[in-house]
Amino acid sequence: MDQTHYLIVGASHAALSAVHAIRLHDAERDITVVTRDQSLPYSPTVLPYVVSGRSAPERVFLRNEDYFTRLNVKYRRGAAVRKVRPATASVQLDDGEEIGFSKLLLASGAAPALPPIPGLAGVRFHVLRTLNDAIALHSVLPKTKRALVLGGGLIGMHAAENLAKGGAQVTVVEIQPHVLSGYFDADASGIIEKVFATNGVRLLTSSQVTTLAGSGEGCRAMLSDGAELDADLLLVAAGVAPVTDFLDESGIEIDRGVLVDDWMHTSAENVWAAGDVAQARGFFEADKIINGILPDAVGQGRIAGMAMAGDAGAKPYAGGVPLNTYAFFGQQAMSVGVQESALDSSGVEVYRQVDAEAARYLKIVLQDSRLAGIFGINWAFDPGVMRELILRRIDLDAVKQPFLDAPQKIARVLMSRNWR
Amino acid sequence: MGAFETISFRPENCNGCNDCMIACAQAKAQSDDAARSRIQVLSSDGSYELAMCRQCGDPECVHNCPAAALSKDAESGVIDWDASKCVDCLLCTVGCSYGGMVYDVDAGHVAKCDLCDGDPACVKACPRGALKFLTTARIYNEVGNLEDLFVPGLAGCQGCNTELIIRHAMRRIGPEAVVATPPGCIPGMGTVGYNGLTGTKVPVFHPLLTNTASMLTGVRRYYKRIGRNVKVVALAGDGGTADVGFQSLSGAAERGEEMLFICVDNEGYMNTGMQRSGCTPYGAWTSTTPVGERGRGKTQDAKNLPLLMVMHHCAYVATASTGFMEDLYDKLDRAIEASEHGFAYLHVYSPCTTGWRFPSDQNIEVSRKAVRTNFVLLWEFDPQSGLRLTHAAEDPLPLAEYVMALGKYRHLSEEQIAHIEGTIAQNVKFVKGLAAGVPLAAAPA
Ligand SMILES: Cc1cc2nc3c(=O)[nH]c(=O)nc-3n(C[C@H](O)[C@H](O)[C@H](O)COP(=O)(O)OP(=O)(O)OC[C@H]3O[C@@H](n4cnc5c(N)ncnc54)[C@H](O)[C@@H]3O)c2cc1C
Ligand code: SF4
Repeated sequence: MDQTHYLIVGASHAALSAVHAIRLHDAERDITVVTRDQSLPYSPTVLPYVVSGRSAPERVFLRNEDYFTRLNVKYRRGAAVRKVRPATASVQLDDGEEIGFSKLLLASGAAPALPPIPGLAGVRFHVLRTLNDAIALHSVLPKTKRALVLGGGLIGMHAAENLAKGGAQVTVVEIQPHVLSGYFDADASGIIEKVFATNGVRLLTSSQVTTLAGSGEGCRAMLSDGAELDADLLLVAAGVAPVTDFLDESGIEIDRGVLVDDWMHTSAENVWAAGDVAQARGFFEADKIINGILPDAVGQGRIAGMAMAGDAGAKPYAGGVPLNTYAFFGQQAMSVGVQESALDSSGVEVYRQVDAEAARYLKIVLQDSRLAGIFGINWAFDPGVMRELILRRIDLDAVKQPFLDAPQKIARVLMSRNWR
Repeated sequence: MGAFETISFRPENCNGCNDCMIACAQAKAQSDDAARSRIQVLSSDGSYELAMCRQCGDPECVHNCPAAALSKDAESGVIDWDASKCVDCLLCTVGCSYGGMVYDVDAGHVAKCDLCDGDPACVKACPRGALKFLTTARIYNEVGNLEDLFVPGLAGCQGCNTELIIRHAMRRIGPEAVVATPPGCIPGMGTVGYNGLTGTKVPVFHPLLTNTASMLTGVRRYYKRIGRNVKVVALAGDGGTADVGFQSLSGAAERGEEMLFICVDNEGYMNTGMQRSGCTPYGAWTSTTPVGERGRGKTQDAKNLPLLMVMHHCAYVATASTGFMEDLYDKLDRAIEASEHGFAYLHVYSPCTTGWRFPSDQNIEVSRKAVRTNFVLLWEFDPQSGLRLTHAAEDPLPLAEYVMALGKYRHLSEEQIAHIEGTIAQNVKFVKGLAAGVPLAAAPA
């Protein structure tokens, strides 16, 4: 049995961030990274651009072979983990091979969740999570006339835009009254929806596909309002779920994701988890959440790596703050923190400035004079600085009006005073 | 990984003129719109703040980029942005908590500072010295690879800068050298040894206090005669330079002997029990200028040894401080060069944690304050270009910031402080006068 000190399952953001953190502290002990992918590491986030052709697949890799050689890291592709056995400190790969570890990181991320739509199993459909998914979509793009995207979340919207840019006529079906409801309120989503409509993407909100059937090369979807829709390409982007199937018999505590403490440690000794697979403390809520965003995968991976290596500089996880940046058809939307609806109402103030015509929007949510959320469309502010204001619970009482009037500038001034 | 160059900002020198931002916008976006500058100076309540890329050591923007469009250059430390890979997702702006990675609306993509290939436009445009391009990293990167010519474990006092000075100096001077260390702290901390195993790794000897420069004269002349270019170097204290050693020093300088004489000035005979020297300043406590019922420290001013050396028409004379290492290095280079054809004299101020009585972690700070209060003036001289101040003497810090940091001045009365202020003012005036004057070589005989 192969033996390695650090074993990392996955090779994406959480995994790479952990490797980096480990090597900053421990230059010596073995690190083995196993991924079920056949390629060098890449980010799922870049995939919509592979679909459209903007990014060439061979140019999206986050690390090259040389990086792993230099850091003395064994990088094993095409090595999917099938079982994890904390009791014997070993894992088993798909081909039966076993690897023993001293410390294990689960960074297996998430995978598309398939909605229980009758007929889905019988039709040809695409998902978008792996490089192969993206290459497959890219190759059918030239032949695609009508594309149907199930789900108006970030992944669905990114894909819809890039399919449209590739020349397809695109329809998005979203069950919620608005797209991107995880990150934006109705007003903001409305502005984004208008831009999509102007660019020829049809958005059917408050709508659902009830059944699917094959139709020629493509499929036919029945919608909740009775309408029918034909498409030669179907993309299912109706949410993601943590990849935990290989942990079924491990005894590691799992809720929706792998439950971790503030050091990303799981319920099993010497096993950590980080990124989209992990369910960790939320910054705003009592329950543990799956934040499911790239910056958090990086942050959690770092904490896990430092904890695994015994780096005394490690700081506990502050809790997941939802945030995202969203560029669409040359416009920018940013979402940092939570909407007022997610907060218990005491001490909450909401300030908004909306110019739907100009596609400009700003909303600031304060609770007890501290920033809880800031959301903008085509409005300049620094999301990284805002995130820091939230995490540090900086009191804005003395600068409230100036902050509301000029959030970018005042946040930068506060930055200089608080963490320069 | 080496050390990196960086831009520093002194808000107290800034008046919000925005010249830096215009220069950046012009250089990077061909625009006069300050909003497009990658350095943003913000005013708030009369003070100024800066938002720009810090070229972080472990940059979060790079970690956050899904397209491998950002990377930290191992040579320059600059975080490079590759337009051909960027997909405009803006996730890097989430990673940056310094406002250094910003979407440029007109360009349609993120923009960040790239230090202009080591020659930042903003720094050149700043008329008030609020922005400075710190190139100290060059010292680390260059000198770090040169051999340390002292063995590990010299036994200087805790926090003493002398070890720093001599190790740096000898790295730069190199192994083709013979070193003289007359009695004082430098041999006292164990630099005299042989075989490269103890003390110094180049031939080193311990002359008398009185004959350092004479002995080096002979060594240099001998090697020259047998056709070898060996540098001869004195690492001496201020006593061995200004007082007991002055006759031979003055003689060698007057004859234009080819040598580098480095005086490490800690303002007294610190190694033998902290007695006063000719370089001990007025008012300072030493064991021979005690403070008690009658005594209030030294009653005479220090002699200005480096200026005395200027009057010897040396090939090069300079004052330096470990608080300003880049400046020290520039001068060291010039002094080494000058010592190939004449007498080079380098006077380095070296605060003494033990004898001046201040905490051992404060040495560099004390060195800086000495310069910022004009207590110590940094300048250089050569006969062709005359004397030049290398650190502006304008807007000094109040003298109290320096003297009150030191135990040896804690007893000073107001009159004594006034006396010192008077001495400084006179010194500044005198040195500025020299700086404004004609080069000595061109002066009528
Ligand atoms: C189309 C798309 C767009 C996105 N856009 C954004 C965005 O704009 N902003 C944002 O913040 N986030 C975005 N995300 C989400 C972001 O990509 C993820 O949050 C991030 O990739 C999580 O990183 P991770 O390392 O936890 O897991 P993943 O990136 O999911 O990587 C999981 C890794 O584990 C490996 N693996 C899985 N199971 C096994 C196994 N059994 N054995 C071995 N290896 C295994 C995989 O091969 C992979 O290497 C997007 C995602 C997608 C799909
Ligand atoms: S905007 Fe460009 S540089 Fe920034 S994270 Fe996205 S792809 Fe990378």
